[in-house]
Amino acid sequence: MAFDQLSDRIQMALRRVSGKARLTEKDIDEMMREVRLSLLEADVNFKVVKQFTKDIKEKAKDEKILKGLNPSQQVVKVVRDELTELLGGETSVFTLDKSKQTTIMLSGLQGSGKTTTAGKLARYLSEKESMNPLLVALDVYRPAAVEQLKTIGEQLNIDVYDEGTRDKPEAIAKRALEHANVHQHDVVIVDTAGRLHIDESMMDELKQVKSVLNPDEILLVLDAMTGQDAVSVAEHFHGSLGVSGSIITKLDGDTRGGAALSMRKVTNVPIKFMGLGEKLDALEVFHPERMASRILGMGDVQTLIDKVEENVDEDDMMNLMEKMQSGKFNFNDYLKQLKMIKRMGSLGGIMKMIPGVNKMMKNADVDEKKLVYIETLINGMTKEERKNPDLIKKSGSRRRRIARGSGRSVAEVNRLIQTMDQQKQAFKKMGDVDPNSIDPSNPMKGLGNMQPPAQKQKKGKGKGKGGFRF
Amino acid sequence: MGIFSNLFKSKKRKEKAQKYKIGMEKTRQNVFNQLNDLLASGQTIDDDLFEEIEELFIMADMGVDTVIQLVNHLRETVRLKDIKDAESLKEIIVEEMFKRYVGTDIVDTNLNIEAPLNVLLFVGVNGVGKTTTIAKVAHLLQKEGKKVMMVAGDTFRAGAIDQLRVWSERVGCLFFEKAHGSDPSSVMYDAIEHAKTQDVDVILADTAGRLQNKENLMKELSKIHRVIGREIEGAPQETLLVLDATTGQNGVSQAKTFNKVTTLSGVVLTKLDGTAKGGIALAIKESIGVPVKMIGLGETVDDLEYFDIEEYIYGLFSDVV
Repeated sequence: MAFDQLSDRIQMALRRVSGKARLTEKDIDEMMREVRLSLLEADVNFKVVKQFTKDIKEKAKDEKILKGLNPSQQVVKVVRDELTELLGGETSVFTLDKSKQTTIMLSGLQGSGKTTTAGKLARYLSEKESMNPLLVALDVYRPAAVEQLKTIGEQLNIDVYDEGTRDKPEAIAKRALEHANVHQHDVVIVDTAGRLHIDESMMDELKQVKSVLNPDEILLVLDAMTGQDAVSVAEHFHGSLGVSGSIITKLDGDTRGGAALSMRKVTNVPIKFMGLGEKLDALEVFHPERMASRILGMGDVQTLIDKVEENVDEDDMMNLMEKMQSGKFNFNDYLKQLKMIKRMGSLGGIMKMIPGVNKMMKNADVDEKKLVYIETLINGMTKEERKNPDLIKKSGSRRRRIARGSGRSVAEVNRLIQTMDQQKQAFKKMGDVDPNSIDPSNPMKGLGNMQPPAQKQKKGKGKGKGGFRF
Repeated sequence: MGIFSNLFKSKKRKEKAQKYKIGMEKTRQNVFNQLNDLLASGQTIDDDLFEEIEELFIMADMGVDTVIQLVNHLRETVRLKDIKDAESLKEIIVEEMFKRYVGTDIVDTNLNIEAPLNVLLFVGVNGVGKTTTIAKVAHLLQKEGKKVMMVAGDTFRAGAIDQLRVWSERVGCLFFEKAHGSDPSSVMYDAIEHAKTQDVDVILADTAGRLQNKENLMKELSKIHRVIGREIEGAPQETLLVLDATTGQNGVSQAKTFNKVTTLSGVVLTKLDGTAKGGIALAIKESIGVPVKMIGLGETVDDLEYFDIEEYIYGLFSDVV
């Protein structure tokens, strides 16, 4: 996830203060120097950084905090609050008035991902809001941009209006709206050609398209990897069009995403969505608070819960939890669990939402393929073996047979059994942890007695290396 | 003016640098004119001044580490030489930039296309302008009398093949494609076989954009690279990373990872006609030692120039010194 490296640095800076019983102004200054550097390295605009560090310093140096109880935690809280504020405070809800036809216009630089995002947005509105979108292709300049949108429309089974590249965008826009009316599309998503924000004639064209469309939403699509220039891009687009929101794309890369932070601050335009991959379902609503927590390494439990709710049957989950906590957990359950997790998306992504895990997982190798191997291994077991893992544990010949049958090694079978045992133990203990007692600056503290076996194991002879657990 | 005026004695050089001056107009207005104001004579040298210099360079996306080193060097020099006037800082900055980025090595930014059949492989993240760059390079090489063939190696993104085909028609060069969704390595293999029968001089190979942290996609790229090398000895003659000049510090990460997977021979910096400062060119040179070979300065096929780092720095500072 994009903000990972940024969060590593900021967490280091915060660690300077966390745990200290008493804080001095000097401590805060030192911490903020680190925070400043890490933000600058993350491409956060330097003006934004200046203001941000100044605000935090003022608040953190408040007498009440420095002399109060638990000053370090209070400071961490200040940083978190300010960061949330920087990212936009409240989640900007994307609500469309369904009683009338809504028009959404996308704009942005070349290569920021407008066409793909148009497709993602159409899919989102059609699946999550049960709307009937029409995609409109107005990029008459880039070769094959129209074909690209048409292909995306076909993939999604969503209508696309285009007139090739013969006419001017504003003329096509007018007829697109008529088309949408006739065919009763309740939302029209308009893709426009990429342009440089300083290209005045192209910006004028966009203004004309805007006056024809009279859009309800004008969204700026911005590449998360943009450098210091992001702010000037956003200011120009906002200045000429009056942008209502933005979508940050390519956040699945390893960029530190500072552009996103600064753009919000400087233009005051809320970030509404984020793009997290090339597939057309990789679009998520942007939640400032959750993102702030993620940056500070406090995990993002809310998104995890959302994902679970969306993808996992509650009864299934409860059954599984009960089994886990009671220690009666067999390979059938394991397989079920694997399938649930696969439905939720990438394993690495999920892990990062769990408080504290981000830090621990840093060097762990989350290889999605291993999930497939494990499935093959379990599929190679007999029904009895799946129900009763002890059978395998006791019999070397069974283990060899499973390994041969699934084309994996005996060592992998052993590791699987080991992993499941450890998981059983971990979940048993988890039953006792009160989630409210988790300390935000050190989320693993509350889970003291359930430090996952991963760490202990690493000190061994490298046994179980590369093993994984949830 | 010491080292600097010597470097730019030759008239030819100055003329060439003029080209950058025009292309980089925005950059100079934004960053380096400010530097000029900052370092006007009579300014006192204090911590605030250093901090402002620092911010100016950071604004150009030059890389935080580099900037901090540079500014520390400035502080040190000021202290040692007991410099009082801000104006003399200009010269020290320019000198240091040259030392850092030009050094003594002669950077060859010409494309290596001397073999009977050459392959230029274009790689990069999504949306940097690989396809457009290929069109521009094709145009340039055709003008030099080479027989060029484009290969549609982006079989993933919707419309990518069509986009390249349209360009090949506009530029008037050969074009090779297979169906959308084909294995890109097999496209390269077939393209090379085909090129061998067509008396082609240069193959320009497009690839799908990929974020450098996607391991599987990077493996795919390494396979493409391998297949090309197996079919033609010494190929690809050039592996060029296409990089959006508006990219921030992530550009360094892109350069490092792509370099690991495909051993880059050069960088093409695109979209330099924006307000982008392109300072990332300097950061990349410093981190992996690969030179920027070409820059894109606009949307038409003519908007591509060979790049020379000395001239680039000169372009940046021509108003300052």
